[in-house]
Amino acid sequence: MIPGNMSNQEITKVQELIYSTRVESVMASDVIVIDPSMTMSQVKNYMRENRISGAPVVSEGKVIGIVTMNDVIRSMEEGKLDSPVTEVMTTDVRTVLMDAMVAEVVNSLGRRGFSRLPVVDHDDKLLGIVTTGTLIRSLLLQMDKSFQKNEAEKLYTYRASHIFQDISSDDTGLTLRYFVNERDFDNAGKASSLIKRSLQRLVVQPQIVRRVGVAVYEAEMNLVIHTDIGGEIVVEVRKDRVNISTVDHGPGIADLKQVLQPGFSTAPEWIRDMGFGAGMGLANIKRVSDVMKLTSDPGHWTRLEIVFNFGPDHLLPKAELEKSLTRGSQ
Amino acid sequence: MNIREMIDVLQGKVLVQNHDPNEELPLGGAADLMSDVLAFGSEGMALLTGLTNPQVVRTAEMAGINVIVIVRDKTPPPETLELARDSGMTLIRTGYTMYEACGRLYKAGLPGLGPVKMVNDSW
Ligand SMILES: Nc1ncnc2c1ncn2[C@@H]1O[C@H](COP(=O)(O)OP(=O)(O)O)[C@@H](O)[C@H]1O
Ligand SMILES: [Mg+2]
Repeated sequence: MIPGNMSNQEITKVQELIYSTRVESVMASDVIVIDPSMTMSQVKNYMRENRISGAPVVSEGKVIGIVTMNDVIRSMEEGKLDSPVTEVMTTDVRTVLMDAMVAEVVNSLGRRGFSRLPVVDHDDKLLGIVTTGTLIRSLLLQMDKSFQKNEAEKLYTYRASHIFQDISSDDTGLTLRYFVNERDFDNAGKASSLIKRSLQRLVVQPQIVRRVGVAVYEAEMNLVIHTDIGGEIVVEVRKDRVNISTVDHGPGIADLKQVLQPGFSTAPEWIRDMGFGAGMGLANIKRVSDVMKLTSDPGHWTRLEIVFNFGPDHLLPKAELEKSLTRGSQ
Repeated sequence: MNIREMIDVLQGKVLVQNHDPNEELPLGGAADLMSDVLAFGSEGMALLTGLTNPQVVRTAEMAGINVIVIVRDKTPPPETLELARDSGMTLIRTGYTMYEACGRLYKAGLPGLGPVKMVNDSW
């Protein structure tokens, strides 16, 4: 599925590609893998022979860990070259599904500093691997033109100062897009805070800004807390309404009725200690919004759509709006 | 009640100041659950809480709150202070417990929201 609604945006070619290309078509499928029976010393030689700096450890077709040159160096320093690779490898491996969009990989590789992502099918079997290199090569091929890293970065770091230039006329919407990382509590809420400020600068009525703020913050926290891969928030400001959608390719939700019950939460204890996980998030969103729709394919994705309608006078008169836009673009 | 009077009543200490001490506080509220802050927090409310993580600042910001009182003399981590500074939040600390801090403020005339009813409780 394609996250967000792209129809009303001016999108660059690269952006179009990263949102319409699936990971399986950009991955390298001839993956060099490490067998769990290998020792670190064998891994070292194997990596050197194959000129690679890291590889997934695979048992019965499934990725059980990942080992990198750093791990090799560490084992050398600690005199553990005889240890089995399974003792040294990182077991908390981030993988990406074959039919995920490239945008997801760009986010993980670019922002989180992962240098390689194993690609798996829905049974968790290894199909290939994507690295920044394979990704850029395939995008280049598809675009058939020179590719600059800066250009790609522009796509997912949407700066508040840009948004004002993107309003082309009264009836096309303005779209803000944010990626939210799972478990990243240092940045959790940042997107919501930016969204709130953008709406304030657009002179949306304060009551509506507040309601949107509450809903989008609860939704953002759900991406942080309940997904294992983060997700995306898309805010579309129209003349008559704000549409918000969050999409993630996380665990999904098996029983939609149950999670909508006020008080129901699967948040673990440590999350509750932070003050989250009261099970009131979706109820709060429902309460403050005009329309809310939660859909999910368990094991694959979750999508939350929220709509806030402006009353007839909710956006200030055009002159005011223009004034605020000039202010905003300075 | 203004901010200065509140600090007096709580024998509090200002950790981050972003507001004029003469600024009036329309009402107070207390919560240790972020969702409660979002559900019942209202514009201008002073929030009393036992939480000290940065999320409390973000949550308050979303709810339109700009004065936070940390109870039981807890020391917030530097990230919380930094975020409060950046986002225009005033942060105050008091040695009183949540119960007593609320009681003192209420007695001194800082009102609460009154009875709230959670609409749409079953759906
Ligand atoms: N994006 C998501 N992916 C998977 N599960 C989710 C997602 N969002 C919400 N949930 C589930 O819905 C439950 C209720 O969510 P919510 O009402 O926000 O309460 P809380 O976040 O406090 O648990 C969560 O505990 C979780 O099980
Ligand atoms: Mg929640």
